[in-house]
Amino acid sequence: MKVVRISNAPIEPASELAALAGLGGGALASFMGIVRDDKGVTAIELEHYPGMTEASLYSLIEAATARWSLLGAVVTHRVGIVPVGAPVVVVGAASLHRAEALEATAFLIDRLKTEAPFWKREHYADGTAQWVDAKASDDARAERWT
Amino acid sequence: MKLVYFASVREAIGLSSEECDVPQDARSVGDLVAWISAGSQEHARALHDHSRLRFALDQEMVAVDALLGAAQELAIFPPVTGG
Repeated sequence: MKVVRISNAPIEPASELAALAGLGGGALASFMGIVRDDKGVTAIELEHYPGMTEASLYSLIEAATARWSLLGAVVTHRVGIVPVGAPVVVVGAASLHRAEALEATAFLIDRLKTEAPFWKREHYADGTAQWVDAKASDDARAERWT
Repeated sequence: MKLVYFASVREAIGLSSEECDVPQDARSVGDLVAWISAGSQEHARALHDHSRLRFALDQEMVAVDALLGAAQELAIFPPVTGG
């Protein structure tokens, strides 16, 4: 089971992960990214590259499946305006035992951060907005997996 | 070739996409980006610093020295910030 979903509507983490829990394995690991309450930020706005986004997320799941013994994996990413406190991304991986699911989940979110074509803009309480710069620390985390 | 722009690059150029006739001497992504930059002040400002840009040919991430080959679409954008 390999699922990629780009969503304009709020993400429902439990329903994104429910199918993974029923694959017969003993482990389901997941990561949820949430819009941080940070320096007057009221919401973030996510732009993406339709087509390439889905293909790049699917190829990350393929790479994770080739590297670890997984029963399934899910990547769901929100686009558009997302308010503080709401989920932006949910990644999940299911396996027979925990090590594979935990590592694959970290791999998927770390590589998503540096490879999937999404761009974030912060919206502030005063009505202004600003593009977020990429972080060198994200590159370093993604490189752990190469 | 179709050119597509995202995020700060799209805003700086003022377009999300445009068509261009690739000049014969443009062999790499970098060659073509340099040629596009010469098109207007907005293009020049958005595209002058290749180190702050990322590129995709036919929706595959590539380096600035990648050859254009028979690609139909070049995307130019800042480093990605999803998740």
